[in-house]
Amino acid sequence: MAGIRTPLARARGMGSSKHGVGHFIAQRVTAIALVLLVLWAVVSALALVRADYDGAAAWLRSPINATLAALLAIAAFWHMQLGMRTIIEDYLAKPAAKGLCLVLNVFVTWGGGAVTVISILKVAFSSSGMNV
Amino acid sequence: MADAPPGLRPRPISPQVQLNGGIWRWHLTMAASILHRVTGVGLYLGALVLMVWALCLASGQGAYAAFAAFAGSLIGKTGFFVLTLCIFYHLANGLRHLAWDAGYGFKPQTATQTASLAIGFAIVATLALWGLLAVTGAL
Repeated sequence: MAGIRTPLARARGMGSSKHGVGHFIAQRVTAIALVLLVLWAVVSALALVRADYDGAAAWLRSPINATLAALLAIAAFWHMQLGMRTIIEDYLAKPAAKGLCLVLNVFVTWGGGAVTVISILKVAFSSSGMNV
Repeated sequence: MADAPPGLRPRPISPQVQLNGGIWRWHLTMAASILHRVTGVGLYLGALVLMVWALCLASGQGAYAAFAAFAGSLIGKTGFFVLTLCIFYHLANGLRHLAWDAGYGFKPQTATQTASLAIGFAIVATLALWGLLAVTGAL
């Protein structure tokens, strides 16, 4: 396998795909966003614990709250996908199991993120009289 | 592998298999590192709780009441308490990671200090938050 080819010759053609650093940067940028968004979410949760349905819906109807909640969901599910991907790649060696988990991770994070954002938008765009 | 020919010293073993008497010992920074992953997985589940909350709120009063009943149960409260610990630990240790990315905090003493700081912050902030909830009668 190794033969007489030099390490450089072996690496050529299967090396950098020119976007490997995208994961690293996205993980950090979402992390910085989440520092702020999570602190806001914790403070908001203190108020929401006491709220009933009408109170919670009214809170999410505020454009600022809805925007920050949607951004929180996007940043969190994005960050989660990157983090879980690293864990799967670290601990699962078998290609089939690894591939399956990586795909599942994509489905869970995209699916969960979509449900969360669309639910937030539905409440945010509803009228205050709506009691479906 | 371990059976070295007579006269030769045993071959070296990888550090991670030298369980006793090896060069590795448990250290706070190792605990801080694995805790970052563990709490990250916890927050993965926590984000799905956020999803269920938003879904119930968008689905109407009945669904929201069901979510509130679960959240107020003993299992719900315990889950949210653990989730709070995960949030504050991953937040504090995430700041450590960002500092490292910027090139700061690599000295062993500093790394150990910031590890205990992150763990301490998670415990204190969680107890403070839940204490506040208890004092204000929100629990």
